[in-house]
Amino acid sequence: MSPRYVLGIDLGTTHCALAFARALDADAGAGAAPARVEVLEVPQLVAQGMVEARALLPSFLYVPVEGEGPQALPWDPERRFVVGEHARARGLDAPARLVASAKSWLCHPGVDRRGPTLPLGAPEDVEKISPVEASWRYLEHLGEAWDFAVAKGDPELAFANQEVVLTVPASFDAAARDLTVEAAVAAGIEDVTLLEEPQAAVYAWIDAAGEAWRKHLLPGDVLLVLDVGGGTTDFSAIAAIDREGSLELVRIAVGDHILLGGDNMDLALAHVVRAKLAADGKELDRWQMTALTFAARVAKERLLGDPSLAAAPIVIAGRGSKLLGGSIRTELTREEIARTLVEGFFPAVPASARPAARPRAGLTQLGLPYAQDAAVTRHLAAFLGRQADATAKLEGFTPRGGAASRGSLLHPTAVLFNGGVMKGDALRERLLSTLNAWLEADGAPPARVLPSGDLDLAVARGAAAYGLVRRGRGLRIRGGTARAYYVGVESAVPAVPGLEPPITALCLAPFGMEEGTEASLPPQELGVVVGEPVRFRFFGSSVRREDEAGAELDSWKPGELEELAPIEITLPPEGRREGDVVPVRLRASITEIGTLLLEAIPSQPQKPNERWRIELSVRSAEA
Amino acid sequence: MPATPASPEPSLPLATRLWFAWVCFFRVLFDPAFALRAFRARELEPALPPAPPEEPAEVVKPAEKKALEKPDPAAELGPGPALQLLALLQREGRLVDFVEQDIAAFSDADVGAVARVVHEGCRKALRDHAKLAPVRSEEEGAQVTLPAGFSPAEVKLSGHVGGSPPYKGVLRHRGWRAEELRLPTPVAGHDPLVIAPAEVEL
Repeated sequence: MSPRYVLGIDLGTTHCALAFARALDADAGAGAAPARVEVLEVPQLVAQGMVEARALLPSFLYVPVEGEGPQALPWDPERRFVVGEHARARGLDAPARLVASAKSWLCHPGVDRRGPTLPLGAPEDVEKISPVEASWRYLEHLGEAWDFAVAKGDPELAFANQEVVLTVPASFDAAARDLTVEAAVAAGIEDVTLLEEPQAAVYAWIDAAGEAWRKHLLPGDVLLVLDVGGGTTDFSAIAAIDREGSLELVRIAVGDHILLGGDNMDLALAHVVRAKLAADGKELDRWQMTALTFAARVAKERLLGDPSLAAAPIVIAGRGSKLLGGSIRTELTREEIARTLVEGFFPAVPASARPAARPRAGLTQLGLPYAQDAAVTRHLAAFLGRQADATAKLEGFTPRGGAASRGSLLHPTAVLFNGGVMKGDALRERLLSTLNAWLEADGAPPARVLPSGDLDLAVARGAAAYGLVRRGRGLRIRGGTARAYYVGVESAVPAVPGLEPPITALCLAPFGMEEGTEASLPPQELGVVVGEPVRFRFFGSSVRREDEAGAELDSWKPGELEELAPIEITLPPEGRREGDVVPVRLRASITEIGTLLLEAIPSQPQKPNERWRIELSVRSAEA
Repeated sequence: MPATPASPEPSLPLATRLWFAWVCFFRVLFDPAFALRAFRARELEPALPPAPPEEPAEVVKPAEKKALEKPDPAAELGPGPALQLLALLQREGRLVDFVEQDIAAFSDADVGAVARVVHEGCRKALRDHAKLAPVRSEEEGAQVTLPAGFSPAEVKLSGHVGGSPPYKGVLRHRGWRAEELRLPTPVAGHDPLVIAPAEVEL
């Protein structure tokens, strides 16, 4: 049956949201009222035995102890785990039982993302789950909430039968996208499409602006989407080009996956306040530190929202029922906000600045690969610098304002902010003024800011709006994959002791592959042992736009290729002898869903159309 | 747990009365039907036909007039929205902690600091769950005219009250009206009488 709704799901690091719009029939015609995008209020436990519907579902999963009893939901009285607000709140009390930041683990190549790893350091009675399962549980909760609140037993409206657009960070690599789809399928979503979050923000902006958006964005514009959320920072550049008289949007570049967001900022502020309290001889315990982080966030939002305030008070209430007497009082000043947040996370740096990379210690504790440089501006400088050529060979693109000369960085002409952190006026202003200073130094006109709406829900709304666009209602952002993919092949040279054999990168998937397309089959053959898993090193590049499938790179500039988790091929022994080496060729395609599919095609097939799927998300050997 | 208001004692202990006053405050504020019954009970009129069972909170109200015939089990009190709101205000804003503590010995600065915690949290709880709007849209201090047939629930007259409408006067307080109240839905595992759970750190 054809879906009645398109659902847009923002599966965020700290929050999830679900937006929906009625899927109008294609023959509804232009006269039909435009479908409205609405946000589902998601029923969730907000306290022990209390269910409330809220627009945001915090991406936390809490595993209660046996004695806490079942965590009943209106649709499941026997639930043994909690997702959402209550999970987050309980996690503050018992952090070892809380799964948090599952999405960041999902793209961590150093762990087995299908293996039971979370919560990290949980006590023995907790049955650990994989990052994939955590994402699956969040999606499942959204689905159950939909069925409970909207479908109410009507199979035509059931979650499983609707069209779902699921957002992922633009910087998610092929394996993380695959795993996200795996979680969606486990959650019962049959019709799923992936969309990059910054693109979703643009669709939300277009949806909110109506037809007026065409006045804001003209051919020759380069739109920079700056998405700083709770856990991650994500950059994308989208070019507006004129193709045979009509406007087209092309996503031309995406940034690296940067684990840096609002949570780091709140924690940084809390540490500043703690140091201040410690100077007064007041030590905080873990519980008070948690309360302080929360209070610091409230104070931060107030100071960032009201420039006339010089300081915001912070009070950490006593933990017992005696509120007075046990409270700790202090304040967060504007100067501290400026020093810690504005200068710490958004320093005014030259365009040539690059993020500092500390060499990792030999024995790193198992943990998330947080950004080592907290300065968003330096990460942005690195992104724009690396993508300076992103529009150089873009067909139909003539930069606006005649600033055609190529500079040392990509020249955005418009900026769209997204993510909760970007709600702070002072932070937006700093980011914009820094960007404009770079542009001025490079001889380019300043970028303007596109008005954005609710930064918390824009991605979910945009995803639903994209669902409508896919049904032919509105403009679609093109662009395809933002990476080219390579497999590493060891060169056949005589072995030299102590020297690693040089590696050649064989391009499998060129940059910008559209959904539903297949790359040409490279002629190179790789030998694979039948019946044994064979691993290959795997690389991605967000800057090499020219390599065709089959191109071989013997050398590349530093930073051009990024090593991803290895890929693994296992040929089943059907019809072949185990241990035989079979020559195969590798073909890449982009599925309709938006994931990368790699297949091994034997040079001498045993049966017509013989091919094997290659596993993308394998834990790196070094971890 | 406070003594149930349905206790057959003719006079209630102070703690119970305090607690019950809170309950009534919010129910009167947010439950028009309850407000009306309470309003009538205040005038010592035997209110209405016997209470429908789904609103057992009603029967506890005339306690001040006469003892109830049979004690109500606590369960029958039902998870009243009042208790829920109280639990919410405690959870988000520590309101019960604040009101229950003797603050006489503390300085204004201490009380003020804590009042911020309470204000911040209660404000958030209230704004997240209720939509409040002034009853009158005029500015306080403005001249207003009340036509005949104005609602005595909406406007309280004071000063030289006499004569017949229309009344002309000065708006002293704009009043508050709850336009919407959305409380969490209790599910299994919820005890309505627990305003805040005790906490034991292991």
